[in-house]
Amino acid sequence: MSGPKTLFEKIWESHLVDVAEDGTSLLYIDRHLVHEVTSPQAFEGLRASGRKVLRPEATLAVPDHNVPTTDRSRPIEDETSRIQVETLEENCREFGVQLFGMRDRRQGIVHVIGPEQGFTLPGTTIVCGDSHTSTHGAFGALAFGIGTSEVEHVLATQTLIQKRPKTMRISVEGTLPFGVTAKDVILAIIGKIGTAGGTGYVVEYAGSVIRGLSMEGRMTVCNMSIEGGARAGLIAPDEKTWTYLKGRPMAPKGEDWEKAVAWWRTLASDEGATYDAEVLLKAEEIEPQVTWGTSPQDVVPISGRVPDPKHAKDEAQRRAMERALDYMGLSAGMPVEEIVLDKVFLGSCTNGRIEDLRAAAKVIAGKKIAANVQAMVVPGSGLVRYQAEQEGLDKIFKDAGFEWREAGCSMCLGMNPDQLSPKERCASTSNRNFEGRQGRQGRTHLLSPEMAAAAAITGKLTDVRKLVA
Amino acid sequence: MVPFTKLTGIAAPLPMINVDTDMIIPKQFLKTIKRTGLGKNLFDEMRYTQDGQEVPDFVLNQPKYRQAQILIAGENFGCGSSREHAPWALADFGIRCVIAPSFADIFHNNCFKNGILPIRLPQETIDALMAEAQNAQDPTFTVDLEQNLILRPTGNEPISFKIDPFNRECLLEGLDDIGLTMQKADKIQAFVAKQQAQAPWLYSAGAGA
Repeated sequence: MSGPKTLFEKIWESHLVDVAEDGTSLLYIDRHLVHEVTSPQAFEGLRASGRKVLRPEATLAVPDHNVPTTDRSRPIEDETSRIQVETLEENCREFGVQLFGMRDRRQGIVHVIGPEQGFTLPGTTIVCGDSHTSTHGAFGALAFGIGTSEVEHVLATQTLIQKRPKTMRISVEGTLPFGVTAKDVILAIIGKIGTAGGTGYVVEYAGSVIRGLSMEGRMTVCNMSIEGGARAGLIAPDEKTWTYLKGRPMAPKGEDWEKAVAWWRTLASDEGATYDAEVLLKAEEIEPQVTWGTSPQDVVPISGRVPDPKHAKDEAQRRAMERALDYMGLSAGMPVEEIVLDKVFLGSCTNGRIEDLRAAAKVIAGKKIAANVQAMVVPGSGLVRYQAEQEGLDKIFKDAGFEWREAGCSMCLGMNPDQLSPKERCASTSNRNFEGRQGRQGRTHLLSPEMAAAAAITGKLTDVRKLVA
Repeated sequence: MVPFTKLTGIAAPLPMINVDTDMIIPKQFLKTIKRTGLGKNLFDEMRYTQDGQEVPDFVLNQPKYRQAQILIAGENFGCGSSREHAPWALADFGIRCVIAPSFADIFHNNCFKNGILPIRLPQETIDALMAEAQNAQDPTFTVDLEQNLILRPTGNEPISFKIDPFNRECLLEGLDDIGLTMQKADKIQAFVAKQQAQAPWLYSAGAGA
């Protein structure tokens, strides 16, 4: 009785250790990423109960949230940050987990280094105490964020207790217009389904646009699945996937590689497989997107205007919109291209990869940033930074007036010193525009690397197509 | 984990949708290496001014709700990051039950690991409970997990709710699910042996390989 199956079903079913009568499933976890913020209490829990890490080689650890992006030769100044990073180092030593330390060139954001090292593989289950673990779904892996109790559960047992999620397919068909990127696609999707639209679902992204994206673009799309409420986003692996992975340090080698690719070729959803929900977007209707409010669903095309709470669907929505307008210091009806900025942040697990830096550098080359903005580039990993320097991108950014920083999560969430001051307004390539996200009372507008580059040059939200036409 | 059977306490109304985990516990408090002590910073940026003064309007600062053990909120509560610091902060403050029309998945999971009961109810029911929490002189509710019932301060018809049976059992008994899973060690071993034969590349590669 095996009819056509989705990619999700194939991975899910091949990882079931046990299924109880009520459907509660014990799912095997192939790969586990760990960072300093959501792991200390998990290791402490192991210690308190005298438990060990079941398979240390299935876990890879890196400090990313707290690390400074400036001088790394000295200890971290902030004591609590330093303790958290040191605690990770001690825990990894004690439990035998591999760690890329703060001064290792391979250090970077967990969701950048997993793929970069070939630790992320198709058909696997991958978890991390971080909601943007969905990023790894770009490789056809079932990857999702977990809490610290679950981190401890995975360390101790290499499994998780789960309920089978529902499936949703989001198809993006057609050809993306000039100047429209993977980031605009996912922002448009979130605008359409809403920030809770994917709750309870695993989303498979499909269609000609998704197939046409690079691995970096696919990671950007899957990364923000959680902003649409879905714990995991998936894309069928293909030739691009193996080309990206081949030869990476932690990817299979030799005969194992051949066996793996043969298996990976069978993973894509079968013809005729069905989903619990379907969503369709037409590429031609997508423009470069920006957010105006304090929820990732608050998107508007760059040619648009700040919406009016008068048009809210209900009272709760109206109140939320009014609160967002007040917080963001905007008035209903103003053209978004008139929004003036203080900062530009290029980086994060959403858009801190080499392709993102190349795309932004192309817009910036030979130009200078506006006098009213401070702009910074924070590469997603030390290796991305090194690669960019080999290509001379750092020089383009620095000549334009950008700061060129060390790798980490940085201003995406401001756990290190990279934060917005109250009421400062930032064009950011990151993933969340929540109140206080980038700093108390800071104001975030999410957009693509190309759009962030354009914003840096003009000092306000700008349609990048006007600059590169 | 402390079992959850029956809770009688004040319910605080928070009529906001999409309350995210950055609001529940802002990032500057994630630097702790402990699970406790976060209650004083629950909803920090809504609860205190920049210089640390209480914002009198905020619900948990109002005399009636300072001892709240139940929170009633709008849809998509707990959206955003996976930080378990959010339920830790709620629990440390004393809130052991959140009632909302819907929850974000990771937050919902995290609640059960910390003895917090998240209850989903239809919007109309939430509206009614919210009004009672706002208007009752003594907004004390009883949440009875053994009976799956919420008893209301007005004495109106109790509200029944549904909870996944496995999660309910774990809360009622205060079970540690790592312990439960470790009882299945032989099944995990068997799975590993099978996978190692079928997908050897998952074992030859990886960290430390």
